[in-house]
Amino acid sequence: MYSMTTKLKIENLTKVFGRNPKSVMKKIRNGISKEAILKETGHTVGIYDVSLEVKKGEIFVIMGLSGSGKSTLIRCLNMLNIPTEGKIFIDGENIVEYNKVKLREFRQKKVAMVFQHFGLFTHRTILKNVEYGLEVRGIPKEERQKIATNNLLIVGLEGYENQYPRQLSGGMRQRVGLARALANDPDILLMDEPFSALDPLIRRDMQLELLDIQSKLKKTIVFITHDVNEAFKLGDRVAVMKDGVIQQIGTPEEILENPASDYISNFVQDVDKSRILQAKNIMFFPSSLVFLKDGPLVAMKEMERSGISSVFVVDNDRKLHGLVTVDDAINAVKERKPLKEILIKNYETVDPDTYIQELIPMTTSSRYPIAVLDHNDKLLGIIPRVSVLSALI
Amino acid sequence: MKTFPEFIKLDVGIYIDIFVKWLLHNFNWFFDPVKEFMLWILLSVESFLLWLPWWIVILLMFLAGWRVKRLYTGILFAVLVFAIGSFGLWVDMMSTLAIVLVSVLISLIIGLPIGILMSYNDRVAVVFKPILDAMQTMPSFVYLIPAMMLFNLGKVPAVFATIIYSIPPVIRLTDLGIRSVPKEMVEAAQSFGSSYWQTLFKVQLPQSLPSIMTGVNQTTMMALAMVVIASMVGAKGLGMEVLIAINRIDIARGFNAGFSIVILAIIIDRLSQGIADRYKIPDK
Ligand SMILES: Nc1ncnc2c1ncn2[C@@H]1O[C@H](COP(=O)(O)OP(=O)(O)OP(=O)(O)O)[C@@H](O)[C@H]1O
Ligand SMILES: [Mg+2]
Repeated sequence: MYSMTTKLKIENLTKVFGRNPKSVMKKIRNGISKEAILKETGHTVGIYDVSLEVKKGEIFVIMGLSGSGKSTLIRCLNMLNIPTEGKIFIDGENIVEYNKVKLREFRQKKVAMVFQHFGLFTHRTILKNVEYGLEVRGIPKEERQKIATNNLLIVGLEGYENQYPRQLSGGMRQRVGLARALANDPDILLMDEPFSALDPLIRRDMQLELLDIQSKLKKTIVFITHDVNEAFKLGDRVAVMKDGVIQQIGTPEEILENPASDYISNFVQDVDKSRILQAKNIMFFPSSLVFLKDGPLVAMKEMERSGISSVFVVDNDRKLHGLVTVDDAINAVKERKPLKEILIKNYETVDPDTYIQELIPMTTSSRYPIAVLDHNDKLLGIIPRVSVLSALI
Repeated sequence: MKTFPEFIKLDVGIYIDIFVKWLLHNFNWFFDPVKEFMLWILLSVESFLLWLPWWIVILLMFLAGWRVKRLYTGILFAVLVFAIGSFGLWVDMMSTLAIVLVSVLISLIIGLPIGILMSYNDRVAVVFKPILDAMQTMPSFVYLIPAMMLFNLGKVPAVFATIIYSIPPVIRLTDLGIRSVPKEMVEAAQSFGSSYWQTLFKVQLPQSLPSIMTGVNQTTMMALAMVVIASMVGAKGLGMEVLIAINRIDIARGFNAGFSIVILAIIIDRLSQGIADRYKIPDK
């Protein structure tokens, strides 16, 4: 879906808060716990030994409970937090080593951040808020106004240019935050719980809108949330953090199906799986298949062998032609009818990317397993009705 | 046994004395031009104020009151200033006003950068806070002595003493204003690659303007209060009138000048308050 080049690579990143962060590094390496270090030295370990890679065009979500170090990590990516140890490569350059001038240039051109509480400038109009990054870069007034107006359009806020942040609702304010970040046309968008302060309905709108914008702009996005459903909805890949350490990185399906720890299983418990899992995740290849060239007798034997009452019929390219039931097969054998004449078609077919959510109504409308087909009608797998429901438990 | 032992003697004032004398001895080359310069500004402001025809001044007061507050305020201001004129204190009022204006101006020029520095650097703040406390609690008369030593008699030591007395609020409230800008807002500015100056001028100062304007208002009021005391070193104006009235036990003269000062205070307060209100950012 996206090109597979690495945009951002973090190597062994550690951030310790306190007077002399380097002094406690040895203790951490020796495996002394966060709490013990805090008690003994007054230093807080924000994140420890984090390594990860984010690909170009990817939405990479970092998820974890409060205090797990999510903000600490994302704030290292634009150096609002200066890492204690480790490297951050963006387009191959280690930004930790940047001097002041290079860092400013990097912040002006490559990254932009969207804040949890919006961080809007209350003394500036909406337009002037969105212009801010361009203004800092010294872009001439007319040009930056044009860009800002255009970005307000993208987030659906045209007409609000001359209002002040206080005149807008929470959802609209965060749209301004998003427009302000997008106006700089950064490669990387850093979003620290951008929707957490919004109420659920507005939040859902914003999520969809972000996906929509992303499908057009193809930024690299690092997104933070403590909400699993949000993480799995938005993330191409998700990293789960606990106590400053990354516990698991994977696609939502990988994490759902193979949680690496109890912490993560707990987390994914309240996931609405029907919106995450797709047909391809729960289908399996049928143990029996009948070919079109075979006769009804073969079909009957095949069903008898597997102990099933119906079987799908395909041709040599595994293209699906229909389904035979055991009763029809027995009759056909008696009446010497060819297989072709007893095929039935009142089963449901779906493509592999269909969400389980959409499969649920099909389980009640048809007595037969659901057939998963690719766009050439080739049979990829089947989903018995019971599998749909058991996948949700 | 009840009295404090006499042989224990400590004189802190002597160090200030030594310090001022040292300043005087080594920095005369500095104080003389400063004195000349301040005198020049003062006289320019004063002669400008006196050059304005009286009815223009009253008209301006009316317009200012009207613009900043409302029509009624404008009328009130005009009437009040007219009253000062009718007390026969027009020229004294202008002298006083000149000292206040120049003091406030210099207080701002010195006070704003100090306030900014304090907010940026905790160590600077730790050094300045007790000094500011001392400056505000010290009886204001005391400043007159070093002021006199450094600048002799007249308007310049009056301005000097007034500045020392009235500068703390603008420093404090600049510091406070910048410190209370929401952290996320400053970080947002930084995250877009703002330089220190850009963050200061585009975000921190505009955000703290209401606080700074409150400081300016307080500084102005304190400057006006100090002007009476400062007349003891020979600055002409309303304060001098009060002083003369005290010496002569002249109730009428004393209250004429006294009322005039009250009137100036009210007008200056309402005007600067009104301007401060304009910079308020509702529901930050
Ligand atoms: N500036 C700081 N100084 C000292 N400790 C800090 C600082 N910022 C964060 N911490 C500590 O680092 C740890 C991780 O905090 P962080 O803010 O990264 O958590 P989080 O995952 O973002 O949590 P939340 O969901 O509440 O935002 C916490 O123990 C926190 O107290
Ligand atoms: Mg956080």
